[in-house]
Amino acid sequence: MVKKILIRLLRVATLLIGLSILTFSLIHISPMYPINTYVGGDSSTSPEQIEKLREYWGLNKSPVEQYFSWAGALLQGNFGVSKLYRTPVMDIIKSRAMMSFALMGTAWILSGFFGYLLGALSALHRGKTLDKIIKWYSFTLVSTPIFWLGLILLIVFSVQLQWFPVGLAAPAGVLDSEVQFSDRLHHFVLPALTLSILGVASIALHTREKMIDILNSEYVIFAKARGENKWQIFKNHGFRNSILPAISLQFAYFGELFGGSVLAEQVFSYPGLGSTLTTAGLKGDLPLLMGIILVSSLFVFTGNFIADILNTVVDPRIKGEV
Amino acid sequence: MRAGQKKPLLQVDIHEGEIVAVVGASGSGKSLLAHAVLGILPGNAICEGRIIYRGEELTEERKLRLRGREISFIPQSVNYLDPLLRVGKQVQIGLEKSTAQLKQRELFRQYDLQERDGQLFPYELSGGMLRRVLFATSVREGVRLVIADEPTPGIHPQALAEILKQLKTFAEEGARVMLITHDIMSALEIAHRVAVIKDGCTVEIAEASAFEGRGEGLKTEYTQRLWSALPQNDFDGEFIEKGAVGHGFSGK
Amino acid sequence: MIMTRTEHNVRKKMLQLLVFSSLLLLLLLLLSFILSDENLRLSSAGKNLPPSLEHLFGTDWLGRDMFTRTLKGLRLSLAVGAFASIMSVIVATVMGICAATFGKVVDNTVSWVIDLFIGMPHLVFMILISFIAGGGIKGIVLGVSLTHWMSLARVVRSEVLQIKHSEYIQISQSYGKSPWFIARKHILPFVLPQIMIGFLLMFPHVILHEAALTFLGFGLSPQTPAIGIILSEAMSHISTGKWWLVFFPGVLLVVVIKSFDNIGEQLRILMEPSSSNK
Repeated sequence: MVKKILIRLLRVATLLIGLSILTFSLIHISPMYPINTYVGGDSSTSPEQIEKLREYWGLNKSPVEQYFSWAGALLQGNFGVSKLYRTPVMDIIKSRAMMSFALMGTAWILSGFFGYLLGALSALHRGKTLDKIIKWYSFTLVSTPIFWLGLILLIVFSVQLQWFPVGLAAPAGVLDSEVQFSDRLHHFVLPALTLSILGVASIALHTREKMIDILNSEYVIFAKARGENKWQIFKNHGFRNSILPAISLQFAYFGELFGGSVLAEQVFSYPGLGSTLTTAGLKGDLPLLMGIILVSSLFVFTGNFIADILNTVVDPRIKGEV
Repeated sequence: MRAGQKKPLLQVDIHEGEIVAVVGASGSGKSLLAHAVLGILPGNAICEGRIIYRGEELTEERKLRLRGREISFIPQSVNYLDPLLRVGKQVQIGLEKSTAQLKQRELFRQYDLQERDGQLFPYELSGGMLRRVLFATSVREGVRLVIADEPTPGIHPQALAEILKQLKTFAEEGARVMLITHDIMSALEIAHRVAVIKDGCTVEIAEASAFEGRGEGLKTEYTQRLWSALPQNDFDGEFIEKGAVGHGFSGK
Repeated sequence: MIMTRTEHNVRKKMLQLLVFSSLLLLLLLLLSFILSDENLRLSSAGKNLPPSLEHLFGTDWLGRDMFTRTLKGLRLSLAVGAFASIMSVIVATVMGICAATFGKVVDNTVSWVIDLFIGMPHLVFMILISFIAGGGIKGIVLGVSLTHWMSLARVVRSEVLQIKHSEYIQISQSYGKSPWFIARKHILPFVLPQIMIGFLLMFPHVILHEAALTFLGFGLSPQTPAIGIILSEAMSHISTGKWWLVFFPGVLLVVVIKSFDNIGEQLRILMEPSSSNK
């Protein structure tokens, strides 16, 4: 089992290296190559700064050497300096990451819990009205752009009902240190809700399908023949056989989750990694853009890795084969 | 116990302490009959007819009450065990909570299983052991009807004898036993009567003793041919080609 | 047997849904051509009108008819989406066939590349690519088509592998048919339906992501009325209570995406009846 995990870990490592090469080459061939954007038309850049940039990107060397000097800097946690904010990219990421992870974490847990619940309920009531409602709801949500859903929530709860503020993670004009927890929460609810509502759909549909397979399985037929009732069947067999795939799916969902949070943060002007990424992309702040891309990819790779481990290693049937 | 359906006519009756073997080709409806009696057909199946159990109609409600108590089902394959549940736990399901563990150990001893086997998952046990787990899981004290759906395919002779003996014990204790099988020869070892099923209809219900010699005691031609198609008898080649006699495994 | 009657009904219902979705999309497409650009003329008299019979979706802050804008925006988004999907399908087909035909090394490489692309958050990757391509429609098409090919590539790969080992291919080989003949006459017709359905199932995702990208402000310029841009512009007007600017275009977008999803899904089920019991 340890060997299996190690092999997978090795694969993740090669993927990360591949990712950095891919990102680097993409940037290298693009007209947005750093030195062009930094120097071109940006008169505020001083000669020393340009020199520093040259040093950081290793512009006098060959592309391969450039890659290695860049990757080396990355490994030391040096993501360069943001052009927009004039501070190290790492500091910006650190200050925004908590906001984003709070948002995504809440949505992840809420959508996982309610998604599983709805999926299981739907399967247990297969063909009945409840099932039809849940199915329709999930299928519709899958086709719904998250930013539109966010806008609708904004219209209903902020503009019409005025329960929640229209944007930002804290009231405007208040110093960061003076922001009350309740204020934060106040600005946190709608984006978190948006992300959660959307996340429910995929996990619900998946759980429903899996649960239906389980309910049609021979061991559930046998359980029925032994006199187990619906609840016992769910408790003894349904839950046990469906929870692991569901959790693993939820981990594999990290990518969608991050993409969703980029959009939700944009709609609600929530100052997390996502909205920073959008700003960096729109304003051409390459170091910041790259930094966030790499951090978010690391995040998604971690999720996929955990999902993989859950799928293949934790399942006792597969554990036996090792 | 009687199960009957109109058009096509499927009728089987079993008396107390009697073993009735239900035989027929794959797809003849043997397993469906078992599942109908138990009320575990899939939701989209349409089921007509009457099932009388101990003088009263066996309604879905009553099935729900009797399943796993008075009526036991021994399934045809070890896939009927939950792959993610330790076998000891599977045996404990449905037993009185306070004594479940004790009772399970007792059952394990009775079926010649080690106590530590209870801690294992199904994939960790051999096929023969799993069969015994299936028996320990299905049959409860005070059982009055045992439905065994192909309990014997692909099993070595000693285990086969054991299973047949077990079924016989149930009957001797007063239970009705319905033995659904392909294997006429081993069924005849313990069965009192044999119901032959074809395309969802009962062809005939014959005394076990009629399956003898060239089958002169059998009423219908189909049964006679079924009988003479067995390797021990004439080996009616044409009949085998038509697929009426299966070997080894059956479809559900 | 006993299930035929219900099965027949299910099939009929599925066909109805299929026809309904297709007709709806066709109608929207026709309307987008019929509605005249006159409706988009700025008019100071008809500014900020809530929905009415005359202006089904209301008018915006410049007096443009939102229904016309939405339909034309959707048409543009669909065109971009269709193009990006086709590109993506081509990438997927090439990758899948390569993985299945050129041996273990290529196969492993392709599966590694697939893992690599799956590992990046899609939206983030799209932002990166469209940023690098310098924005515009080119950036969007590249960004979207490079991020949606992975699952279809896997399907194509396994289909080709399966058919490669089938008997009739081997017989064809033993008759001395050229690999090209086999690829064209045997493999392609077998894989093509899968590719078509893959395209249809991919399409809704592509439109969603394209809308998201344009909503964030990547790619198309504010003058082009793509659906994402319409919504992003409307965002700044919701605090003044003009909910219809957001509500109706979004609803129509959901309806279009859901219709495409329906068509793809129903066709898939019709082709693999075994999965219809879900």
